[in-house]
Amino acid sequence: MIATALTTVVLAVLAIGAALAAWQSRRWLAGRPATVGVVTGLRALPGRYLVDVHHVVGRTPFNARFHALVAGGFLAALVLLVAMGVAIGGSRILWLLLALVLAIMLAGALMVRHRRRVLRPRELSQGRFARLPLSLLGFSGCLLLVALDQSLGGVMPEALALVLIAVAGAAMADLVWGVWKGPLKHAVHGALHLAFHPRPARFHDGKGRDTGLKPLTFAPAEDARTAEPGSLGVERPVDFAWNRLLGFDACVQCGRCETACPAYAAGLPLNPKKLVQDLVAAMDSQASDAAYAGNPHPGRGVGKAHGGAALPLIGHDAMIHPDTLWSCTTCRACVQECPMMIEHVDAVVDLRRFQTLELGAIPGKAAVMLEELRATDNPGGRALARRWDWAADLSLPRLPAGGSCDTLLWVGDGAFDLRVQRSLRALVLLLRRAGMDFAVLGEEELDCGDVARRLGDEATFQSLATRNIATLNARRFTRIVTADPHALHTLRNEYPAFGGSWTVVHHTALLLELITTGALTVTKPVGRSVTFHDPCYLGRYNGEIEAPRALLDAIGVERREMLRSGLRSSCCGGGGGAPLTDVSGERRIPDVRMEHVRETGAAMVAVACPNCALMLEGVVGPRPEVAEIAELVLAATETAR
Amino acid sequence: MTDAAMGNVAVLLSIGRHPVSGRSRRAATDAQALEMALALRPRRLTAIHAGPAADAEALRAYLGMGLERLTLLVLPEGADPVEALITHLRHLAPSLVLTGRQAEDGESSGMLPYLIARGLDAAIVPDVVRIGPADTPDATYGKADLVQALPRGQRRALTVTGRLIATVHPSAPPARASAFGPARRGVIEPVAAQAAADLFLSDCEHRPWRPKPKLMRVKRGGSALDRLKAATESKSGKGQLLINPTAEAGALAIYDNLVEQGILP
Repeated sequence: MIATALTTVVLAVLAIGAALAAWQSRRWLAGRPATVGVVTGLRALPGRYLVDVHHVVGRTPFNARFHALVAGGFLAALVLLVAMGVAIGGSRILWLLLALVLAIMLAGALMVRHRRRVLRPRELSQGRFARLPLSLLGFSGCLLLVALDQSLGGVMPEALALVLIAVAGAAMADLVWGVWKGPLKHAVHGALHLAFHPRPARFHDGKGRDTGLKPLTFAPAEDARTAEPGSLGVERPVDFAWNRLLGFDACVQCGRCETACPAYAAGLPLNPKKLVQDLVAAMDSQASDAAYAGNPHPGRGVGKAHGGAALPLIGHDAMIHPDTLWSCTTCRACVQECPMMIEHVDAVVDLRRFQTLELGAIPGKAAVMLEELRATDNPGGRALARRWDWAADLSLPRLPAGGSCDTLLWVGDGAFDLRVQRSLRALVLLLRRAGMDFAVLGEEELDCGDVARRLGDEATFQSLATRNIATLNARRFTRIVTADPHALHTLRNEYPAFGGSWTVVHHTALLLELITTGALTVTKPVGRSVTFHDPCYLGRYNGEIEAPRALLDAIGVERREMLRSGLRSSCCGGGGGAPLTDVSGERRIPDVRMEHVRETGAAMVAVACPNCALMLEGVVGPRPEVAEIAELVLAATETAR
Repeated sequence: MTDAAMGNVAVLLSIGRHPVSGRSRRAATDAQALEMALALRPRRLTAIHAGPAADAEALRAYLGMGLERLTLLVLPEGADPVEALITHLRHLAPSLVLTGRQAEDGESSGMLPYLIARGLDAAIVPDVVRIGPADTPDATYGKADLVQALPRGQRRALTVTGRLIATVHPSAPPARASAFGPARRGVIEPVAAQAAADLFLSDCEHRPWRPKPKLMRVKRGGSALDRLKAATESKSGKGQLLINPTAEAGALAIYDNLVEQGILP
């Protein structure tokens, strides 16, 4: 009787849950088609969950433990209950086993309750999620009593047992029917998202990292009038590919992205969790963000946004305000932290592409910059020859078409800036000191297109990329060295899609190599306390966090680490065209980062990116010194005269 | 604004030239004129360019601002566009013609709007920064309020009746960005036009423009009156004129001047 009642309740709840999940799937299946390897994806799913997801979840051990206990106990209990109902029937051993897994789940549920009721991290969403501990405790606690009682032979009055089963059934319904809109949605959608992920190469079974933006394919000009919607970026939710929509739907609102986001920390109107939830809510036909129960986009309340699956996403009264879209620095901190492997930056860039390519709705100075970039191939609208003004006395060798050299130095657009010119001079002097065979492109070097691409101007990016690739492919060299991680990322990871593949090295890696091979000798160790600020496009985009640190150690600094460093470093605010779109917040992003530097007590912060140098040097008031790493190496390898 | 007041607007668009790279682009004040025309939301908006068909691709930057079509009066290379424009505008009979104050290429004399105004027997108001139909209650057909830019940031309000040609000042509202999608989809409609060769232009010698070098001056102290005088009074006859000096003599003169100015010790 008890066993029958129990398994009937469980099977009914599961069947309804499956029906709800199937009904919900039409929301994300409405997206544009995408090519995915269904079989390979499903086969890779367990590995991706156990390795890649666990790697992210394990960064907060307490959460990892309760998740293992709750999810493991819950799934094992469901398997046992279904097995009892379908085939085996209740035996005392099985009841005892059930009691054991429920006890494990109960322990996890108590940890969940502790987190939600006692620790109360502010990034957690409330609303539907506030009931989570109650449902978990209700299900595991009530059934634990029933299972223990049954394994002892059933001393409990039958009526009480049925009441306990009813309570457990209600709690389970709250959990399982959560595939509709509640907490358990992430289990089903997360698993499918892992299998059909739009960037399978980012997992350990691929290259382990996949950060380059995917190119848009432009139809020939004569077909432009008949181009399908979504071909120039995303306007409405249905313009996303279905597996991207599925990815947003996997969001469990844990808020890890929120704590990592530099824009959110500075009070700019962007909360990556809310951004993803806006996209999730907008998949419904009559959508509003009123049900969202987490922290809002700073300075913007909740409940005012309205939209729908076939309505524009961006607008002053739409789901996402333009200021939110243009606050993003594309630093990937959210992507790095997301346990559901959601690709926030891809979504931001796709939305920006439509705004820029179709509407021309680019805020602030960004529109002026793009127009100058189209007319002169550099963002400042200056003559390309002036890129080399700082090197007038250095007589840099130029590499003509058909020529060859060992190392090609790509200086980037920082060369137009007085501050960056100082560090470029230091780098050139170091290459000379080490006796390197290097050359530069001279006036043939154009802007690499990084900022244009992050601002959504894919057309200008592709125009610059194809011309730069033609220039580079007409010359022979062993490798390209650059001091600009943005150029490094673009040349290394995004140009291959257009036919340019070379070895691209960051100058920190090169300088380390020169010191370890003895081409440069450290004569005057720095001896000061220095903290290293990782550039996003070197660290998170390219995984290079060791070389700059080894280089700093080699020149004898007392190295200190910020709380956020390496792959979890916090952005300076200079990426993704954010200094151009210039959305205002409570503070400036570099001021927040300088706070992190101050916390280490270091006298100096070393940077390895022209944007970081400019952003951090722009912090006013007394602050630690900002030094480009090449400048430090130059001073440390000074030879006696 | 009612439709009746600004029913039929024409915008004359030229092909600009970037001052540094020399590349074709949308001309800055013409783009502002188009922006002003689009903001008026007229019942009929005609954008016109007169020139060789080979240069038409550069016009797509205007289409990217949200124009669906643009009329191209096809002229042979080096032809004077004025007559062709007057003929076409007579046929269109717009109540308002907008254009930039000066082209960025060709003769760039700024005369074209005046010649067209004479040809159409229309009023001309140069350097307009704002335009709208008269907001008096009895606004009649073709009556418009204008704000005109004068030197040193001054503004003058005008009311104009009848057919009007207005040129747009650089301090007018900035032009919206040009977007790639609409620029590619927009249609350029070629219309054959008659034009005479521009004899004046073919006589001109083409030379890259070079900014006039500025004389460096070290600001000196003195009373406020002295500094005001120094800043406002024009001086002449000072300095030394060297005609075809030798390199050494020129360098010495520059060196002496730098020492005199206190820039070199």
